[in-house]
Amino acid sequence: MLGQGIANPHKLSESRAPCPVPLVNPAALARVERTEFMPSTHLFLGLAVIGTFATAATAAPASAKKVDYNRDIRPVLSDNCFYCHGPDEKKREAKLRLDVREDAIAAKAFIPGKPDQSELVKRIFTKDPDDLMPPPDSHKKLTAAQKDLFKRWIAEGAEYQTHWAYVAPKRPVVPAGQNGVDHLVQTRLKEVGLKPSPEADRRTLARRLHFDLLGLPPKPEEVDAFVNDKSLDAYAKLVERLLASPHYGERMAIGWLDVVRYADTIGYHSDTPRNVFPYRDYVIKSFNENKRFDQFTREQLAGDLLPNATLETRVGSAFNRLILSTEEGGAQAKDYEQRYLTDRVRAVGTVWLAQTTGCAQCHDHKFDPVTQRDFYSLGAFFADIKEPIVGKREEGMPVPSDKDTAEVARLEGEASRLQKDFDGPHPQLASAFEKWQDAAFAAAQHDAKWKPLKPAKVASAKNAKLAIQGDGSVLASGKATENDTYSVTVTNALSGVTGLRLEALPDASLPANGPGRAANGNFILSEVVATVQRVKGPATSLKFAAARATIEQASHAEKNPNKGWTAASAIDGDAKNGNAGWAILPEVGRAQNLVLELAEPLTLAAGESLVVDLKQFGTTKDHLLGKFRLGATTEVDAARTALPPAPPGDIAAILKVTNDKRNAAQKDKLFAHFKTLTPELAKLRQQLADAKKAKTDYEAKIPKCLVSNSSEARRTVRILPRGNWMDESGQVMQPALPAFLTVSLKKDPKAQAPLTRADLAEWIVAKENPLTARVFVNRLWKQFFGTGLSKVLDDMGAQGEPPVNPALLDWLATEFMDRGWDMKHMVRTIVMSATYRQTSTASKDLQTRDPYNRELARQSRWRIEAEMVRDNALTVAGLLNSKIGGPSVKPYQPDGYWENLNFPVRSYDASKGDDQFRRGLYTWWQRSFLHPSMLAFDAPSREECAAERTRSNIPQQALVLLNDPTYVESARAFAARIVKEGSGDATARITWAWKQALARAPRADELTTARALFDKHLAQYKADAKAAESLLKVGLAPLPPAADQAELAAWTSVARVILNLHETITRS
Amino acid sequence: MNLHSELRQFRRQQQTRRAFLGRTAQGVGGFALASLLNSPLFAAAQKSASPAKDKWLGVVNPLHYPAKAKRVIWLTMAGGPSHLETWDYKPQLAKMHGEPMPESFTKGKQIAQLQNAKLNCYGPQLGFKKFGKNGQEFCELFKQMGTVADEMCLIRSMTTEAINHDPAHMFMNTGSQIAGRPSAGAWVTYGLGTEAEDLPGFVVLTSLGKGGQNQPIAARQWSSGFLPSRFQGVQLRSKGDAVLYLGTPAGVTRDQQGDVVQAVNTLNKKYDAVVDDPEIATRIAQYEMAFQMQASVPELMDTANEPQTVLELYGCKPGDGSFAANCLLARRLAERGTRFIQLYHKDWDHHGGVKDGVTLKAAEIDRACMALITDLKQRGMLQDTIIVWAGEFGRTPMSQGGSGRDHHNAGFSIWLAGGGIKGGISYGATDELGYSAVENVVNVHDLHATILKLLGIDHSRLSVKFQGLDARLSGVEGAKPIQGILA
Repeated sequence: MLGQGIANPHKLSESRAPCPVPLVNPAALARVERTEFMPSTHLFLGLAVIGTFATAATAAPASAKKVDYNRDIRPVLSDNCFYCHGPDEKKREAKLRLDVREDAIAAKAFIPGKPDQSELVKRIFTKDPDDLMPPPDSHKKLTAAQKDLFKRWIAEGAEYQTHWAYVAPKRPVVPAGQNGVDHLVQTRLKEVGLKPSPEADRRTLARRLHFDLLGLPPKPEEVDAFVNDKSLDAYAKLVERLLASPHYGERMAIGWLDVVRYADTIGYHSDTPRNVFPYRDYVIKSFNENKRFDQFTREQLAGDLLPNATLETRVGSAFNRLILSTEEGGAQAKDYEQRYLTDRVRAVGTVWLAQTTGCAQCHDHKFDPVTQRDFYSLGAFFADIKEPIVGKREEGMPVPSDKDTAEVARLEGEASRLQKDFDGPHPQLASAFEKWQDAAFAAAQHDAKWKPLKPAKVASAKNAKLAIQGDGSVLASGKATENDTYSVTVTNALSGVTGLRLEALPDASLPANGPGRAANGNFILSEVVATVQRVKGPATSLKFAAARATIEQASHAEKNPNKGWTAASAIDGDAKNGNAGWAILPEVGRAQNLVLELAEPLTLAAGESLVVDLKQFGTTKDHLLGKFRLGATTEVDAARTALPPAPPGDIAAILKVTNDKRNAAQKDKLFAHFKTLTPELAKLRQQLADAKKAKTDYEAKIPKCLVSNSSEARRTVRILPRGNWMDESGQVMQPALPAFLTVSLKKDPKAQAPLTRADLAEWIVAKENPLTARVFVNRLWKQFFGTGLSKVLDDMGAQGEPPVNPALLDWLATEFMDRGWDMKHMVRTIVMSATYRQTSTASKDLQTRDPYNRELARQSRWRIEAEMVRDNALTVAGLLNSKIGGPSVKPYQPDGYWENLNFPVRSYDASKGDDQFRRGLYTWWQRSFLHPSMLAFDAPSREECAAERTRSNIPQQALVLLNDPTYVESARAFAARIVKEGSGDATARITWAWKQALARAPRADELTTARALFDKHLAQYKADAKAAESLLKVGLAPLPPAADQAELAAWTSVARVILNLHETITRS
Repeated sequence: MNLHSELRQFRRQQQTRRAFLGRTAQGVGGFALASLLNSPLFAAAQKSASPAKDKWLGVVNPLHYPAKAKRVIWLTMAGGPSHLETWDYKPQLAKMHGEPMPESFTKGKQIAQLQNAKLNCYGPQLGFKKFGKNGQEFCELFKQMGTVADEMCLIRSMTTEAINHDPAHMFMNTGSQIAGRPSAGAWVTYGLGTEAEDLPGFVVLTSLGKGGQNQPIAARQWSSGFLPSRFQGVQLRSKGDAVLYLGTPAGVTRDQQGDVVQAVNTLNKKYDAVVDDPEIATRIAQYEMAFQMQASVPELMDTANEPQTVLELYGCKPGDGSFAANCLLARRLAERGTRFIQLYHKDWDHHGGVKDGVTLKAAEIDRACMALITDLKQRGMLQDTIIVWAGEFGRTPMSQGGSGRDHHNAGFSIWLAGGGIKGGISYGATDELGYSAVENVVNVHDLHATILKLLGIDHSRLSVKFQGLDARLSGVEGAKPIQGILA
């Protein structure tokens, strides 16, 4: 029984008023319910007349034609009966299935030809609430007309038909030389007794074409040129010019980006950024180059798997990565694995098939033949995609432009040339090499006399994190912005120590490799104070006889009392003077030693300790030690010399071998090490490092894009009972194509490998697939007429709407495929038609008879899309930056709008300079907080695939156009144009302004209104110069020099009015 | 479907339209609209059947049931409050503190951050006390709420499907974990319309907690989803323009803004005379509404004129952006006819330091919640206002990191108060360790169905065709209003 699952203890006692109008066509009813519950006021008008009109126009007269299952019966059965008597076996009541004729007859639901003996007829006509179908508690009710249709249908034999969308489109005959659109629209108009409207005037056509094909308004000169072009092909020339414009791709991209849910952020929880904008540019480019739709499809689903995969096709495969993903801690991989799978299956359903595949996640589809098996086997196509399930997305594939590739090659060449120079052989270095070996050997000998002192503990007086490393060294991290004292406590037993050594050590974690924490790797050691704590008695400080260092900085010593950053300053007893201390510039980036000779030998017994305070009070507060190690010696000569740091152990080992006994490898190694140190090669080393850095720096700036990468380790996909991801009892699924659409694949049947995403793409664009072409042309139709031929763009299943003009949809679909999936050809065919060129102004009669313009006896009129509202204002203002592609930009946004974004907290920095004036489609798409101006005009958040945008008319739109700085700035920039480019008196300037924004001159009464406002505000702003000044400061655009501010402000008021007009944001 | 209701509404609007025209003749707001009455626009208005400000009267018209309440104030405690430190005292958990959590409780259940961790019982960290005539037992820190305990109906057997913040909020708000579905506020406003003249019907306010665990909240939580944008929640902000783009541009006076709006409407009317498009009348109405909001919203937000006693009752300073200030604004919105008011107070995500965390939160919300109930009651409005206090989920009886609790969806507590709700009762229970709801289990769809019922709506009949299904707030099947808590 229908709706039995919905427990309802409160049956409605009130008798429901019957629908006051005969709703003959159930499809028309579905349409109204689906989207026409908008605030827009014509809803009510539409409802009032649709019943009467439906008979005339959208459905054949009830008495004349045979009842048509697909048109008249299935939609009613589906909406009222299939929920309990449809494809979903688990939900099926009384074992009655009404979507399959044989089953329905076997279950005695009806007897073909005998309505009066049919149970179905009895059940729908009965007055007994226990028997009535649909049951009263379902709140579904058949109209009298619908009931009669059932009766007649059974009387006529109760024939079923395959659902219209699952039958391959049949190409209707169109007389040679005729535009198929016009022929089929006119045939239909004759059937329903309507006449086409005349062609719109050229001004309107120019504006319509510019908005529809470019998303931008025409310039007045362009309109004039078209109006004055007397040649026969003036219109065709305009169409071709616009189709060839690079802005065509931008316009076409808007709808595609909606349907694939393209956005700059991940969507869930922290909603952090991800790299995908190259995909957006790929879409624009594909439309501009008129990439064939079958190829466009292959690239997006499987651009990485194609035999001739390129950078471009791989970027296309970013489609598979546009899902919502999460970085939330505690998110469970299995949970999100399932979410990503379902997201992708829904996407394929929406983008290409207009099937609500998502309904089959938990159970077989209630209305359509999509099974739960189909759902998970579709999902299994995507189980190969490499991705982190939870956590941060990877950076993505670098997507260099041609220029980038050339530049990287150049930098690479430069680096390898320098590398070659560096590699040698360098005979001129022979004697320096000799000398260095001696010095290095001596240093190694010297170093052997020192023993590292591993600290027992180490502490920072401030907040530096000091960590003792395995080799006894200490590494600092955390904030480095304050003067600090590091206290190192040593408890080793020592005997006869003559000197202490502080090694300042390099480390990759430090700026410029250290050893200091300043940006240049330097530090200032103001004072070393060592204290000995005996077991008993007070602590005594240790006396130093002398201090020596491997380097003493001489530069930047103007204010230094010692005129140098000497080792001695570190033991001079003056820790306070920030300008005195030991520092090491320019010898940063490598180890340096400070050797402190003790006045008397030191012995430390067990239980006693030595505390060494390293006081660092430099005037520059980040000049702190980054890594260091203490050591001790018991030899007097060692305590009196500061030799350069010893070579690393492996080098020291080679040095111990006498020259004649070293093998070639040892010699090479030694020379290689020498080359990294010798001052003779310092310049070359620097050049090489710079060249390598230039290359990596350049590469780091190359855009990156998340793309599909196939992994051998496929995720296991199971049928999840009731969609429950914790239930692992379901059958494991391999990729397979939905059983209900039998489309043969060209794949070699002997091939054992499982099907791939590439196979899925081939299936989608196979000519036998009845859905793909219809789905695409139906969406295209909406772009040019405001409503799809089948209105529900994302559902061509039983619950969608059978097309108003099936022949036309089929003709378009077959034309699309026959012409090799040529998208521009389809656009051209549509906009060249007389149907498209009709006026959008409808007579009262036509408005009454076809309020939603489903029959196309005229054009439609609608408010332009969110992006275009912006583009239009910026164009009229002369501010638009028409650059194509690149990273997303940030138009002004109210402060604090992102206050609820967290992990991490983010501030919104509006784009500077010309980037502020980019087209709307480049707006940073923050899924959880879409830019509020875009949101106000119905741009979708793109969290889910959106085949269709609603078109609302809400107060927020008025607030945006009146007060958003973008529109205020546009108005003042437009005002500046009015003053500069317009001419004559105020009335003449208003006329000029009208033509800029609306491509027409104002009517007399419009002039009066605008003029009155100008005069009034001019007087007010003359009296209040400050107000004028602050209005003209809104936004980044510069103010024209020497402008009369009061006049400019008054024109800004007029410009605001113009930018707010309904006509300005309307395509008609 | 709602067609019948829509038609009824159409007729009703036809009637109210005349009232609207009569009223505007006397001038509404800052600029006279008398000019709107000349013939072309009059024709447009007649054609559009648009009532005042294009007001939406709701599709559930008349109501399915006699309504017990007219509006909802939903206090979302974002982050997932621990039920074990607030409303659900578990002495057995205290006894087993530190012992391993018996596997029989946790087996086959979703676990968030404690995946693969050792699970140990963690006893209640705060004391409980009995309040009110019926001896409702809850956290002793809720002293102020204790004074209105007899108004509150505790539900201790709440469950939800999701266990991460974002999906769990989505589920609590929309009844679905898939983005793009309408929030409860949008459904209710779609169903009932609003009584507010110049304010949105669905309003959202957010506040931060001082503990710093302020999890992000996406705007989709108050989205209208597949319902028209007009039902989307409008966020009122405590800093900057209270409503986005509400402020008139710098250098433009209110009169000048009025001039601009009037010129726009005059010109739009002239355009309508040429093209005869009913959409234009709506546009004109929306410009009027926007202009009105520029005055009515600042008036609403200005709580400085509230009596000192009221400010003291709530314990807030005007415009301080606190939860208490938002509660006061909620009352003001309720008075002005806003249908659905949702507050988000964040910082309940106590993975660590649950004791200090809840203590801090209690200080932030206790007085304000009491004040809201008390204030509404003394104004006679509690009887037709539903207050909901709920997080998106609860927290584990097991310890996380020795001082906190992890996300938990198998059982947690919420409370309701106000119109049609039995006060002073507790409903449902979790098991002895506070893990799973075991008695009178309530799921999110049941909660939605209950709220709709109190508002006079049969949840199974408030539906919209979306992707072939009759989509509902209360899900496709099985939701039941909670009979046991209805007065």
